[in-house]
Amino acid sequence: MKQFAFLVRRDLSLAFRQGMDSMMVVVFFVIAVVLFPLGVGPEPSTLARISSGVIWVAALLSAMLSLERLFQTDYEDGSLELLALSSLPLEVTVLAKVTAHWITTGLPLIVAAPVLAVLMQMESEGFLILIVALLLGTPSLSLIGAVGAALILGSRRGGVLLSLLVLPLYIPVLIFGVSAVDGAIGGYEFKAQLLILGGFFIGSLALTPWAGAAGLRQALE
Amino acid sequence: MADLHRFANPTRFLKLAGLIQPWALAVFLISATVGLYMAFFTAPADYQQGESARIMYVHVPASWMSMFCYTVMAVASAVSLIWKHPLADVSARATAPIGAAFTFLALATGSLWGKPMWGTWWVWDARLTSVLVLLFLHIGYMALQGAFDDRVRAAKASAILALVGFVNVPIIKFSVDWWNTLHQPASVVKMSGSSIHPSMLWPLLIMAIAFKAYYVWVLLVRMRQELVANKVRILRLKQVHGG
Repeated sequence: MKQFAFLVRRDLSLAFRQGMDSMMVVVFFVIAVVLFPLGVGPEPSTLARISSGVIWVAALLSAMLSLERLFQTDYEDGSLELLALSSLPLEVTVLAKVTAHWITTGLPLIVAAPVLAVLMQMESEGFLILIVALLLGTPSLSLIGAVGAALILGSRRGGVLLSLLVLPLYIPVLIFGVSAVDGAIGGYEFKAQLLILGGFFIGSLALTPWAGAAGLRQALE
Repeated sequence: MADLHRFANPTRFLKLAGLIQPWALAVFLISATVGLYMAFFTAPADYQQGESARIMYVHVPASWMSMFCYTVMAVASAVSLIWKHPLADVSARATAPIGAAFTFLALATGSLWGKPMWGTWWVWDARLTSVLVLLFLHIGYMALQGAFDDRVRAAKASAILALVGFVNVPIIKFSVDWWNTLHQPASVVKMSGSSIHPSMLWPLLIMAIAFKAYYVWVLLVRMRQELVANKVRILRLKQVHGG
């Protein structure tokens, strides 16, 4: 546990000292969402209708953009091998790196989301559920993404490849995330969708560290 | 396990594959001829859909094969990761493009069928969407295979991906089903085994056999080709090091 906390702190301080890196993800998120009113036109009713979907898709893409660096820098400078040799199980290492990744990308996205929801003319009933759904959904995105990030280590064209591997696996989170928010706005039941999002989170928390660690092991062989 | 490893020897496998291959081809040619003849001439046209329902005899077996190929890939990947069976990995790699082709065929024929029946090429219906995602998974697998210079790494990485994708396939299927019922009521043609008349069921089953035999045939061709390519590479290396 102590090693876990140490590893998270190490990754966080590395991210903060590089400054703009985690900010970049949020900036991308904002710009991607802002493109939509320009693309589909500024009618409030149209924007309100697509707001939850656009915000979720943009969140998916921005979470994915930062994934490539999850293990890449440690792989290149060799610290990943040291981490693999340490007494900490590789599964826990993966979990620690995912935690740090979520704090530096998932959390800023959640903070920025309500502002974007206002820009997208979303009905105010949806705000709270949007935040709750993102809180439940973004950790799953980081967890599933870690598997993809581990698999592409040392490959050619890693970034593009990563999106091809990870995006199809993100679809369930997107579907339930959007339908929870749409349900809240339309006055329907939305608890079930939130519970399923929570279920995805717990399921991926249990399974992806194993797959991610297996991916890292074969990369380090 | 001992039986499984008897065929781990590529030479023995090549011999066996050489024996099976012409039979698979023969079964494919015969059943495809019979199946297509029955599909076009003996099977009745659907009373509602008319002649266009005949595309079913290609569409349904192709969809079955798309799921089957992904399952084969996942099982072969598990075998290659757990037991390091050398042929498992070759067969998974050989299956991927065939599976992708079947998935694409299922989507394309479905779309051709959808135009006269539903009045549109594409509907964001649960089944269509989940098959589309299956196509993406096949393509992702092939892309990962091709992204490494080291073939052992490529095999391992894509085996892990195939397994992760396999866990996800039911989740995707179920989430898409759910999403669809929320937004638009399903308008899919339902086909349960009991409700289909024998005159249509028989050509369908024969076509399914034809597709499976075709798969076995192409799989063996691809696997033999890869093993031979391996041999050639080893011989070349020997030549370089020897001379």
